[in-house]
Amino acid sequence: MLLPVYLGMLREGERVLGDAFRAVSTGHVDEPDVYQTCMALAKQCDAHLESLDPIIHRYGEQKDDEPDRLHAAELSETRSGPLGLLRDLQDLSLLASFVDTTYTLVRQAASALRDEDLLDHIDRCHGQTETQIAWIGTRMKQAAPQALVVA
Amino acid sequence: MVDRIADIWGTRTPFDRGERWPVRVDLKLADGLGEGDVDRWVQSACLLCSNGCACDIAVKDGRMVGVRGRAVDSVNHGRLGPKGLFGSWQGMAGADRLTTPLIRRNGELVPTDWDTAMGAIVERSRALLADKGPLSHGFYSTGQLFLEEYYALGIVGKAGLGTPHMDGNTRLCTATAAASMKESFGSDGQPGSYDDIDECDAIFLYGHNMAETQTVLWMRVLDRLAGPNPPVVVCVDPRDTEVARHATVHLAVHPGTNLALMNGLMHEVIANGWIDEDYIAQHVIGFDELRETVEPWTPEAVAEECGVDAEDVRHAARIFGTSPRVLSTVLQGFYQSAQATASACAVNNLHLVSGRIGVPGNGILQMNGQPTAQNNREAGADGDLPGFRNWENPKHVEELAELWDVDVDQIPHWAPPTHVMQIFRYVEQGSIDLLWVIATNPVVSMPQAERVRRILDREGLFLVVQDLYLTETAKYADVVLPAAGWGEKQGAFTNVNRTVHLSDKAVEPPGEARSDLDIFLDYSRRMDFRTRSGRPLLEWTCPEDGFTAWKECTRGRLVDYTGLSYEKLRGGSGICWPCNDEHPEGTARLYGDGVFPTEFDRCETFGHDLLTGATVGPLKYRALQANGRAILKPAAYMPSHEPPDDEYPFHYTTGRTVYHFHTRTKTGRTPQLNKAAPAAWAEISSEDAERLGIREGDLIRVASRRGEIVVPARVGGVRPGTVFAPFHYGYWERDRTGPNPGEGGPDADRPTEANELTMSEWDPVSKQPILKNAAVRVEKVADGVGPAPAPTTTASRPADPSKVPATVGGPAAEASEDIRPAEESAPADRRF
Repeated sequence: MLLPVYLGMLREGERVLGDAFRAVSTGHVDEPDVYQTCMALAKQCDAHLESLDPIIHRYGEQKDDEPDRLHAAELSETRSGPLGLLRDLQDLSLLASFVDTTYTLVRQAASALRDEDLLDHIDRCHGQTETQIAWIGTRMKQAAPQALVVA
Repeated sequence: MVDRIADIWGTRTPFDRGERWPVRVDLKLADGLGEGDVDRWVQSACLLCSNGCACDIAVKDGRMVGVRGRAVDSVNHGRLGPKGLFGSWQGMAGADRLTTPLIRRNGELVPTDWDTAMGAIVERSRALLADKGPLSHGFYSTGQLFLEEYYALGIVGKAGLGTPHMDGNTRLCTATAAASMKESFGSDGQPGSYDDIDECDAIFLYGHNMAETQTVLWMRVLDRLAGPNPPVVVCVDPRDTEVARHATVHLAVHPGTNLALMNGLMHEVIANGWIDEDYIAQHVIGFDELRETVEPWTPEAVAEECGVDAEDVRHAARIFGTSPRVLSTVLQGFYQSAQATASACAVNNLHLVSGRIGVPGNGILQMNGQPTAQNNREAGADGDLPGFRNWENPKHVEELAELWDVDVDQIPHWAPPTHVMQIFRYVEQGSIDLLWVIATNPVVSMPQAERVRRILDREGLFLVVQDLYLTETAKYADVVLPAAGWGEKQGAFTNVNRTVHLSDKAVEPPGEARSDLDIFLDYSRRMDFRTRSGRPLLEWTCPEDGFTAWKECTRGRLVDYTGLSYEKLRGGSGICWPCNDEHPEGTARLYGDGVFPTEFDRCETFGHDLLTGATVGPLKYRALQANGRAILKPAAYMPSHEPPDDEYPFHYTTGRTVYHFHTRTKTGRTPQLNKAAPAAWAEISSEDAERLGIREGDLIRVASRRGEIVVPARVGGVRPGTVFAPFHYGYWERDRTGPNPGEGGPDADRPTEANELTMSEWDPVSKQPILKNAAVRVEKVADGVGPAPAPTTTASRPADPSKVPATVGGPAAEASEDIRPAEESAPADRRF
């Protein structure tokens, strides 16, 4: 059974996303809404990780043999200025989308396994990930005209 | 005669539940004048709070010489508050009114003529449009203009220039009221009526110091309290306000914890079965998620987080749950605090789960801070489209394009209109190069004052300021336009409970001052804005043309003005919209039928996630299938972003005092009002004062991470651990824009503006700045030379009244009262 591979990807994805929210937050303190919202969303990722732990413990760890290309790249440093904000948000969007699709696929497996515990975990977390994506989209759409046309 | 500085609310006229509020006609005339001396009376309504009290302006020898409440009006039944009595007309007559345009030459503002001033604006405007396009332009307006002026500004900005960067200072006062109604009911539009005060059995005031912010509305509550069968009052406020003193339950929550309390009240209401299951089944969606969200918030959990007694939480919930008719009012204690929209929605939720909406005595008043804020929201000079249209709905944008005869793509609708904090950020970053500020004073009223001053001082910014006086903000301008104001121009405006009043022109404006409408029309003409068919975009020649155009814009919308006219608004009472063929005499309450404007093609918004502000979007909104049902929007509580800590151990909160409005542009020039509260102060509790060795009147420094104020201490009734400062006191009397350390004079280094300390942070949905939560430290600077200049009549009263002389107005503050039976007034829903 290879579900543990995807549980590992989920854990890694949430970790990278949480760190990225924190990096974008502290990298854009002069955008107070970005700063505050990203900080709050980073905490959501932390909480998702925490409640995932017992599930991973139950299934056991398993590395996959595939090349690493599906894994989310870390957002190590942020950019500055209006265009930099836009590109950082777009990076966040990619990372969050990776987590989002991972939840979708893990949920399929959890349904097949009738694992109520895992389904419950996903139902509590996945909706928040979707809202994270919606917020990133909302904020990028707001920022794009000014950043790309006049800034 | 009554000293209306000492006796703010005047003589009681008690009345029973269900009776009509008696009439009391308040009158103030200039010294030595009697009613018989007045040449003529001109119909208007007061602009010095959001209540919208109808009045007649006394005119003698071409000057405004006083004011008298209108007995016939449904809003005030003849009464006026101290600001209206003294400030409305005297505030217009300051010796330093702007009478000519000013233009900056060699660093100095010098008088010029209108042609030169407007020519300079148009030249810069055209150059920027050619170089950068419309996104280089920003407008920051007000809650003080008239309806027709907002609509003109909205058309100039949205259809003429095509910029999304338009907002009003309504963002600071009323954005959350609008946002919460949009989220809960699908559209802006006040559900309740002031008449609900006459009918209710309990009244909940959430962060609403009504006694000081809307004195005349509070008179109505006081008169109910003095009569048979008085309503039970519940007050949520960290200060010992007049409201708190009349409350059966006073929940003095820590600033920033409103949502925890609201989730706790809902928890109790659900746990005790004080809900209307039939109403929920038929008229609302989202109950299961709401129940889940409030589940952790037991009264004990609320007590722990908010610093209140668990029994008080139970008691308040029981009052809500078991009183037959409940009115809730909400204001800045919720709107300018953390999780503002979520907290205001939580009030809506309580009424929705119990079916208490739209019927006499069961109502919601999501209040406004300013007299014409409602019109800014309606007419689209702020972050909304005119007529409560939805920027995400292409059909709505097409309607506007059709109405204005412009290309649909000319109207910016790719994202929500830009809120003011973001507009200022774009100014700071240099992508907005022309900022036009109208009848507002952001240097004093916006958060983090030092930053605002720095932004307006930016090299390369072209700043236009249009106002009555040379405010702190105007001092930064490149062009200053002298505006005509109240009594000097004509127009309509609408108050908190949708009552529309006409304000006629009483006198000529001073010097060359022009109405805001004339200025906008002039700009449009000079810019040669055209419609698709080549006609001038704005062909109006007078305010009534604007009103006629506005009526067409509202046809078929919730905010329907089509049944109104200037003629209909003259002589009698103000009239509540919607007013149309179906409701020719207006509508007192909305949603009595349980049908809400949430249909896909009717709603003003598809909604937001309350935690992040993420838009729900058309697809998900359609899937909700609200279809006329209200939407219960819960949110989980999040602790404040800047809680007190070792370095900054106090909660800091700001607010109004009864004698002043905003940055005192008018009230500071009114002798009676200014004398009652002449300078800044900060309030601290007796316990904290004693611990820090601070006595009444001592000079203290209150510092946050962003700045400091140095003001006399009022040892008073704020809750321990919290410091309060009034937000009115800038620097114009000292002829400066900020504290300017290093310059001479005894007060030169003394910062007084409450917003030196506040944060640049805002609610994720309403974008209302969080002016009421910050962490500060307090230290004594010097011994006092006398008591703090804070009034003794209100929430700022001293803990030890024996040490402070009582606030009185003396002969200059005497006004007359004429108490009459209620029959002379009009009920909001039964007109003559």
